Amino acid sequence: MGLIGIVAKRLLGAIPSLAGVVVVTFLLSHALPGDPAVLFAGPAANAESVAQVRSHLGLDRSLPVQFLSYTSDMLHGDLGQSLTTGQPVVTDLVQRLPASLELTAAAILFAVVVAIPLGVLAATREGSWIDHLCRSTVTLAAAFPTFFVALLLVYVFYYLLRIAPEPLGRLNDVYFEAPATITGFYLIDSALAGQWTTFGGALAQMALPAISLGLFALAPIARITRAAMLTALGSDFVRTARACGLSHRKVLVTYAMRNAMLPVANVLGMVFSFVLGANVLIEDVFGWPGVGAYAVKAVIQSDYSAVQGFILMMATVYILLNLLVDLLSIAADPRVRMEG
Amino acid sequence: MSATTQPRPPRSLALLRATRYTLAENQLTLVACGLFGILLLCAVFGAVIAPYDPLATDMASRLKPPTAAHWFGTDALGRDILSRVIVAARLDLGMAVSAVAVSFLIGTALGAMAGYWGGLVDAIFGRLMDTIMAFPLFVLAMGIVAALGNSVLNIILATAVINLPFYGRFARAEVNVRRDLAYVEAARMGGNGGLRILSGHIVRNILPTMAVQASLNMGWAILNAAGLSFIGLGVRPPTPEWGIMVSEGASYIISGEWWTFVFPGMALMLAVFCFNLLGDGLRDVLDPRRRT
Repeated sequence: MGLIGIVAKRLLGAIPSLAGVVVVTFLLSHALPGDPAVLFAGPAANAESVAQVRSHLGLDRSLPVQFLSYTSDMLHGDLGQSLTTGQPVVTDLVQRLPASLELTAAAILFAVVVAIPLGVLAATREGSWIDHLCRSTVTLAAAFPTFFVALLLVYVFYYLLRIAPEPLGRLNDVYFEAPATITGFYLIDSALAGQWTTFGGALAQMALPAISLGLFALAPIARITRAAMLTALGSDFVRTARACGLSHRKVLVTYAMRNAMLPVANVLGMVFSFVLGANVLIEDVFGWPGVGAYAVKAVIQSDYSAVQGFILMMATVYILLNLLVDLLSIAADPRVRMEG
Repeated sequence: MSATTQPRPPRSLALLRATRYTLAENQLTLVACGLFGILLLCAVFGAVIAPYDPLATDMASRLKPPTAAHWFGTDALGRDILSRVIVAARLDLGMAVSAVAVSFLIGTALGAMAGYWGGLVDAIFGRLMDTIMAFPLFVLAMGIVAALGNSVLNIILATAVINLPFYGRFARAEVNVRRDLAYVEAARMGGNGGLRILSGHIVRNILPTMAVQASLNMGWAILNAAGLSFIGLGVRPPTPEWGIMVSEGASYIISGEWWTFVFPGMALMLAVFCFNLLGDGLRDVLDPRRRT
């Protein structure tokens, strides 16, 4: 099977997951105890308006019929209206998604850039101080609640040291002008437009949330990198490479690291799940105008279409990220290609 | 019985030796045991130990920093933070333990059946677990609480659901490697039915590794439940609970009243830390092959 065939097969493999996600979000809102019409009608509804909402939502029809109309609405990009903003849920989510993606990407970038060298160094110098540092960081970071770390960082860097900006949103628009939307990522947009002061302002706002979110992702990546590197360094092919007199660098980077990256890529799937979940908490702490903070408000106010849309979107993003990791590991490791 | 057979030490004695060996070798596990004792004490006798009533407000002494009278200071309503942190242990640990227990029982049962019978049962089980895992887990938990209603019971249920795949898949794998082993064949030859072999022979043998899995999972369950209440789900004020206390204290960071969120946050962190270390220790005792 050619490379294209394998990629196509993986793409098709994501479809059952997506279908499962759609079914679950549908069931969560329609088949559970309690009356969704009451939920959708809001707290101030009377019996008449509930009945009206029920027929408007089609809740008086049979479950399979409802499912069909739900999927068809969804495929047409209609996720219903948000009660709190009064806008279509899709509009709300699309508006806020870039902020969340930018934060998540920055956090994962931070985690990977710190965790992989830390894990590699810990494995090459097993038992040294850096190994102990790696292991204690991993144990501690796994026990810290993300939202607590975020608050601690705010206290230290904003209140005590006064080097971080006020933890409110993506950009302080009193001092900076938001860049024109190209990608929706403030850092990229401002760099493209050459607005370097805005870039600096956005970077300063992003630093604390991205680091608190990244610390959370750091532990599993560092642990797996260390373990995978130890396995790779102890293997026969590394011993052979050393015996053949290859340079230390060549053995480490070309032979050991390349082989150790597959388990790391595999753990990234789990890391994405954690980070997309913790994203909600971090956005709540930093007043970040992303989909997570939007969903928290929606959940508290029982704005169910908004919550449903959010879950659907996050699950889709998660499945796509996993697909990306899958494709990357196919590119990195020919053995995965063989398994098809 | 021939007279030459060496008397084997009873199993409990061997387990005791392994425990002593692990504790002596890894002092951190000992620390974790101590922490666990304190947590348990707070969870059981919290109301008795707490120096003040955790709900009693005192507007005259609001937002006071830690003093000899109030070791952890007081919050915005003048309530004693130490008392609230102690009393909250029962709710926080209770939510996590119940969630883990539910997913342990259901996950083990479903996973064991899928691993033993394979075929259609296994296919349905696999699809179900895949569907749960297709969501970012915390997001799914939020959705479940939003749909079922905002209550502590639903937080427990949501945490149980998102933990289910870990137990289910683990039990399935463990049963799958055992279903054709000699002792299982022997039990089958003896005329035992599938359910009886599973409950009487196989599940019994995978329990130690499953227990390790459960204790490693506890910390994560605590974090999830506390995270949900941090964003305002389930637990309602003025109930003392670590997540909601951190969230209430968060508004006082800007004015520098650090004790309002640091102490409940530390309690949360220590609890998770304690269970993670205990899980590692338990693994060393019960399942030495999986040591890292």
